[in-house]
Amino acid sequence: MTTHDIVERLSSKFSTDAILVVNEKTAQPIIQIPANLLLDICQFLHEDELLYFDFMACLTGIDNGPEKGSMEVIYHLTSIPYQRNLILKVILPRQIDGQPPSIPSLSSIWKTADWHERETFDLIGIRFENHPDLRRILLPKDWEGHPLQKDYQEQDSYHGIKVKY
Amino acid sequence: MSQAIDFQENRVKTGEGGIILTSVEDLLNWSRLSSLWPMGFGLACCAIEMMASYASNYDLERFGIFPRPSPRQSDVMIVAGTVTFKMADRIRRLYEQMPEPRYVISMGSCSNCGGPYWEHGYHVVKGIDRIIPVDVYVPGCPPRPEALIGGFLKLQEKIRLEHPIAPTLLLELEAENHIT
Repeated sequence: MTTHDIVERLSSKFSTDAILVVNEKTAQPIIQIPANLLLDICQFLHEDELLYFDFMACLTGIDNGPEKGSMEVIYHLTSIPYQRNLILKVILPRQIDGQPPSIPSLSSIWKTADWHERETFDLIGIRFENHPDLRRILLPKDWEGHPLQKDYQEQDSYHGIKVKY
Repeated sequence: MSQAIDFQENRVKTGEGGIILTSVEDLLNWSRLSSLWPMGFGLACCAIEMMASYASNYDLERFGIFPRPSPRQSDVMIVAGTVTFKMADRIRRLYEQMPEPRYVISMGSCSNCGGPYWEHGYHVVKGIDRIIPVDVYVPGCPPRPEALIGGFLKLQEKIRLEHPIAPTLLLELEAENHIT
């Protein structure tokens, strides 16, 4: 099954033309999907007998900066029985009403997503709806801001310790 | 058994036993600097060099330096590695749990001044001396075991010159040259 076949299968299932092939020449083909269909598409990718993406290998968040005004979430999926890889890319507006964007959590489908989403939330600030436990995972809980945002400014001091050199 | 009895019977007393004259202060300092027990913990790659210093090749125990599993039993804290702000609170608490007199060796660039994270490391404390007082700074990234041993020798020198039992008033008068 080629990448185009996968996209066609998804497009006909969800009767949409918003699913695009970004790059299929890479070792892991990349397709772009709209955020509102993410949960349904992933549920289908996970359950469909011909696709059967039973393993989420990685979840990445990217901040493209205030100039481009977008953030991305990238999901690396693997189908172990079919030995097939697929990358899903979701592009979000960088801010909605001054807040970082939110996207449905996939931790109900792949348990792996739980901690990956917490890390993405911690460092980029993207919120994951219906996540079971969306706390910071790396930084202390009273840290201010999300450090991998392009316009991040570190706080002056933390617990009385000056942060700058 | 019989050998031991023989030894007892053949024991020769030469009468040449010596007497060592010293001050209580020097004796105390000598004993303290000869059994510096560091707290057994490491934070990053410097800890690998620290462990190498404990191990047989460099053998820190020949200086009486032997890591302890508890801050309550430790004399010296080796801050070996990158100190993050999240860790800083824990380091400060561990230091406060150590009994006095206590010493701190800052090992490596990260704990000396933030090291390679000095500019963009939002999460790194730019020098452990912003949290706890430091006695000896060991430079290097990471320092070789010889450098850590050098740091311990510096600390021993420092302890050798201390006055653990002299009254504070006497030391103050001495510093003001009222008495010599």
